[in-house]
Amino acid sequence: MIPKRSFDAVIVGGGGAGLRAALQLASREHKVAVLSKVFPTRSHTVSAQGGITAALGNVSEDSWHWHMYDTVKGSDYLGDQDAIEFMCRNAASVVYELEHMGLPFSRLANGKIYQRPFGGQSKHYGGEQAVRTCAAADRTGHAMLHTLYQRNIAARTQFFDEFFALDLVRDAEGYVLGVVALEIETGEPWLFEARATLLATGGAGRVFRHSTNALINSGDGLSMVLRAGLPLEDMEFWQFHPTGIPGVGCLMTEGCRGEGGYLVNREGERFMTRYAPHALDLASRDVVSRAIAQEIDAGRGCGERGDHVLLKLDHLGEETIRTRLPGIRELAIRFAGVDPVETPVPVTPTVHYMMGGIPTNLHGQVVTPMRYGPEEAVPGLYAVGECACVSVHGANRLGGNSLLDLLVFGRAAGEHMLEYLHDNPYPRPLPKSGPEPALARLARWDKAEGSERVAAIRADMQDIMQNRCGVYRREDSLRQGIAELTEVELRMARAGLDDHSHVFNTARIEALELENLLLIARATLVCALARTESRGAHAREDHPDRDDDHWLRHTLYFRDGDALDYKPVRLKPLTVEPFQPKERRY
Amino acid sequence: MRFRVYRYDPESGAGPGMRDYVLDIEARGKMVLDALLALKEQDDSLAFRRSCREGVCGSDGVNINGINALACVTPLSGLREPIEIRPLPRLPVVRDLIVDMSQFFRHYRAVKPYLINLDPEPEIERLQSPAERADLDGLYECIQCACCTTACPSFWWNPDRYLGPAALLAAYRFIADSRDQATEERLDYLEDPYRLFRCHGIMNCVEVCPKGLNPTAAVGTIKAMLVNRTL
Repeated sequence: MIPKRSFDAVIVGGGGAGLRAALQLASREHKVAVLSKVFPTRSHTVSAQGGITAALGNVSEDSWHWHMYDTVKGSDYLGDQDAIEFMCRNAASVVYELEHMGLPFSRLANGKIYQRPFGGQSKHYGGEQAVRTCAAADRTGHAMLHTLYQRNIAARTQFFDEFFALDLVRDAEGYVLGVVALEIETGEPWLFEARATLLATGGAGRVFRHSTNALINSGDGLSMVLRAGLPLEDMEFWQFHPTGIPGVGCLMTEGCRGEGGYLVNREGERFMTRYAPHALDLASRDVVSRAIAQEIDAGRGCGERGDHVLLKLDHLGEETIRTRLPGIRELAIRFAGVDPVETPVPVTPTVHYMMGGIPTNLHGQVVTPMRYGPEEAVPGLYAVGECACVSVHGANRLGGNSLLDLLVFGRAAGEHMLEYLHDNPYPRPLPKSGPEPALARLARWDKAEGSERVAAIRADMQDIMQNRCGVYRREDSLRQGIAELTEVELRMARAGLDDHSHVFNTARIEALELENLLLIARATLVCALARTESRGAHAREDHPDRDDDHWLRHTLYFRDGDALDYKPVRLKPLTVEPFQPKERRY
Repeated sequence: MRFRVYRYDPESGAGPGMRDYVLDIEARGKMVLDALLALKEQDDSLAFRRSCREGVCGSDGVNINGINALACVTPLSGLREPIEIRPLPRLPVVRDLIVDMSQFFRHYRAVKPYLINLDPEPEIERLQSPAERADLDGLYECIQCACCTTACPSFWWNPDRYLGPAALLAAYRFIADSRDQATEERLDYLEDPYRLFRCHGIMNCVEVCPKGLNPTAAVGTIKAMLVNRTL
């Protein structure tokens, strides 16, 4: 038996979502553990740049109803309207809360929080551009993550830094009773027993070759859910951010265009005028990414290989760039070799965010089809942040809505966990098999001597996803991708490590992460092949139109036999009138 | 390119040492982290921390040719070969390039790195003028990579009692915040021959900070505030 620690609640993941939920729980007398495979401020929330969207109306008239409309439209009507109402309604309060916690927001002359225009934002339900995204220069994610971590220091949250979660522990009745996690520094597995478990493990952008994501984004929580026999939702929807630096993937925030920057092609033409005559460069991200891909395909890309377009910022002046976009300037100089004050920055669509994830309800409870319907709560299991799918982002997320998502639902999940702990005061007995499956996964790498190398397999998987499942998809290339991925999975079975040590064995961590990534890659390809329409970020060349008659529904993917199931989109908001699906134009 | 990398495996029984590597890598446009990742493909036992690979998370602070820096934003071109990569100085080595940061974070927590304001919370944001907010520029951007603190001779001498530049910068970040009400309490804590006053203005911290921050200036301001309040 492995050593055990017992808590009331365990939170897996120390990014924005996990830390926000932890604060909610820390304010009461519960024993809470936050597990994170990296020191919490190394989490990927730190890389968020442009801001967090909330209709504060500090710059111009605004309303959460308009924010809600924009988000529903941005989602290409796949977002659940009850969840979207809940998020937009609560947006202002979670932002004010952060300000009270000490987040150093940039300020307007009147002392209020600075807001900037972002893509897909409008006044009066599709009217002129709104100014809705609250920012701390272009380091909003960094400021937010550090502020939340600092508040957790004040709240004396118990952190387990550099613990890698392996698997959930579930009993025969389906209750989740905690997780098995590896202490990276010692190589020792621990059982973390808890009545409530929250997954806040972030995205899995590293399944693709070109990604804005941190190297740690390997979908660990998503894979734990799949291995527990639970489904993932809408895994075909991956957002390509229009402006990543080619090759390295570093993000140039949408705030660049919010501050007045724009895109030009080889001929110096501001091409978005043709694709989105009204919103121009501030159209939704899926629209701008497809426009760039089409420009590149048409031979109007820039550079020797014609593989990118240019983001023009030099007309903004040094003062604006210095005060509003200092981090962007630093990244452009370091990774693109150009100073945006003088020279346009090369950019290309780059994988950025997964709209899909672990299906949850408004309270962050993980839901799955069971006896009584498609959305029954799994007792004791919660998920929030990028790994979760509420679904507020539907088929395409709007910029500034992901930091909002993790705060609103991090808080909501924390609240609901308090109720759950109250209603379930006693720990249930651990199942006999307990940690065995997780330990078997670990043992495999302890011993494995194999001919195949983890790094090579990972690179091949990333190439398959990049080439077969990019901005545009087709049936034949997706089928080919699945065949190629199956080959790669077989190689993984023959893979081995040279390093069999225990102390900080990062080779073993990378192998475990690759196991997770491979599950996500397969889920993505299978879901993308099945959805024979184009909606939001999922663009099928062979099915170019949106098909509401057949596809206004969420995909559910189960690992067992690659089974797919579907559930309806929740078109009815909580209190307001629904927004009926209509043609989406920017 | 040629590399010499510090290796230490506590389980092997062998002591620490430098290992030589040769890597076929085009230096142009590549960072030291790219080289470390490529070396790990050759030798998967090489251990180091990394996350964002763009200089914002603070994971991969190491000592490169004698200078503390983030591997992910240090260009390979221009570095003298063999490029020597060692763990950050003065902290206990866990393995290879990975150091035990507990001491560093203990100092961070000690300065109460969070806003203290006991007024009732308004329904909207607290107001702060752009000028007041500008006082936080150059302070809040710290990523806790420990490059500065582990480059500081005062920290080398008194790592347990001197807070070091990163923690002192964090302390000043809250002193400088117009919304914070605990300046006196913070100054009381810092008025100590070791915690603050072991800073002798050597400025190694300024030299190495990958975010271009200036902890020495922050310490200078705190010292001036301490002097002023006794007058």
